[in-house]
Amino acid sequence: MNWRHICITLLAVMLIGIGSPGAVVFAEEGNAVGNSLLPFIPMGRGNACVEDTDFMRRNHMELLKHQRDETVLEGTRSDQYSLTECLDCHAVAGPDANPVTFADSSHFCRACHDFASVSIDCFQCHASRPESGALPDDHQFSGAFPGTTRVKGSE
Amino acid sequence: MSSKTKDKKMTGNSGFDPTRRSFLAAMATAAGVTLAPGVVLYGISRSSSANAAVSSEVRWGMLIDLGRCDNGCDDCVSACAKENGLRGFGRPETDAQWIRKVDIKNPETGYSKSLPVMCQHCENPPCVDVCPTGASFKRADGIVLVNKHTCIGCRYCMMACPYKARSFVHETLEDQKPHAPRGKGTVESCTLCVHRIDSDRQPACVEACSDTGGGAMLFGDLNDPESEISKRVANYASQQIRADLGLNPGVRYRNL
Ligand code: SF4
Repeated sequence: MNWRHICITLLAVMLIGIGSPGAVVFAEEGNAVGNSLLPFIPMGRGNACVEDTDFMRRNHMELLKHQRDETVLEGTRSDQYSLTECLDCHAVAGPDANPVTFADSSHFCRACHDFASVSIDCFQCHASRPESGALPDDHQFSGAFPGTTRVKGSE
Repeated sequence: MSSKTKDKKMTGNSGFDPTRRSFLAAMATAAGVTLAPGVVLYGISRSSSANAAVSSEVRWGMLIDLGRCDNGCDDCVSACAKENGLRGFGRPETDAQWIRKVDIKNPETGYSKSLPVMCQHCENPPCVDVCPTGASFKRADGIVLVNKHTCIGCRYCMMACPYKARSFVHETLEDQKPHAPRGKGTVESCTLCVHRIDSDRQPACVEACSDTGGGAMLFGDLNDPESEISKRVANYASQQIRADLGLNPGVRYRNL
């Protein structure tokens, strides 16, 4: 085995380590946001999203686009795929206990979008947090804490 | 969802759609509401369910009685700004205004009046004609809107509007109202508080005018002969601004 082979093997071992559930558990339990290469996704309100997490992860943009056209052009204001509803459930509390805006890196949408390097312009026009005082009484803000990270491979 | 899209028309279409009618009739029956025929039509046509598409059976309009509108009052203007999150940047020339009080004066008699002017929600809106992207459009129920997803900010519509009803957003905005998205680089104007209408409420200006102003504004369905606004425009003289242009605005004035 020459040096080249050793290097490749070492690299492979490292990559497997990073991608393994063990590494995720470390990131979750160690509360070490900075140490993880995976995005930390703040938990939303309630038990379930309007669709399965996997489905939402891949298709939320299509749902939002579809809903936006129906709402703007036809006045259909279903709650199901409405951006306002997304933001209501996925509000993340800032240090002052108020929901943070998209300008804050702990914002729900930014958790993944920053990670994936996908920039969105939704919030140039749309409010990126629920209107103050407009949240239901039972709303529990959830901060971005590692224990709730659900990423592929950790479930 | 596909069955819903089928019967939705973007612009005023008076075509009879049996699917939609029977669906609505079924809804009314299911709700167990016993109403007079006219009232049933009214109740249904308001698209009271947030899930139902708006229908061209409705034509939203407003009647503003200037006899009850005080020259010094601007409650409608401030209510609009509050409702839609409009904030000025100290530049009155370009700050967004969806409704404003316009002072008019007859130089011969000296009679002067201040009237609230907003998007007049024309039946034949020139802003829709000129828009190169189709962003400026008229909803089936007669409300003229800008679809900011497709607006490129060319401002043709601002030029075309004889009422100067549209504004261009020049500044980066923050903390918009969730129900009134607005942002730099797009054109905007009075939406007749479309978010309120879709949940069976009155526009903010009308509400403010009746709460604290002179109660000069009346909002309703011009297509429904039983509505208060239809009765009033049928029984009393009312005017449209620049009626000569043939745009048939949905906003009418009394005692102008
Ligand atoms: S500014 Fe926007 S809405 Fe107005 S004409 Fe241009 S694209 Fe259409």
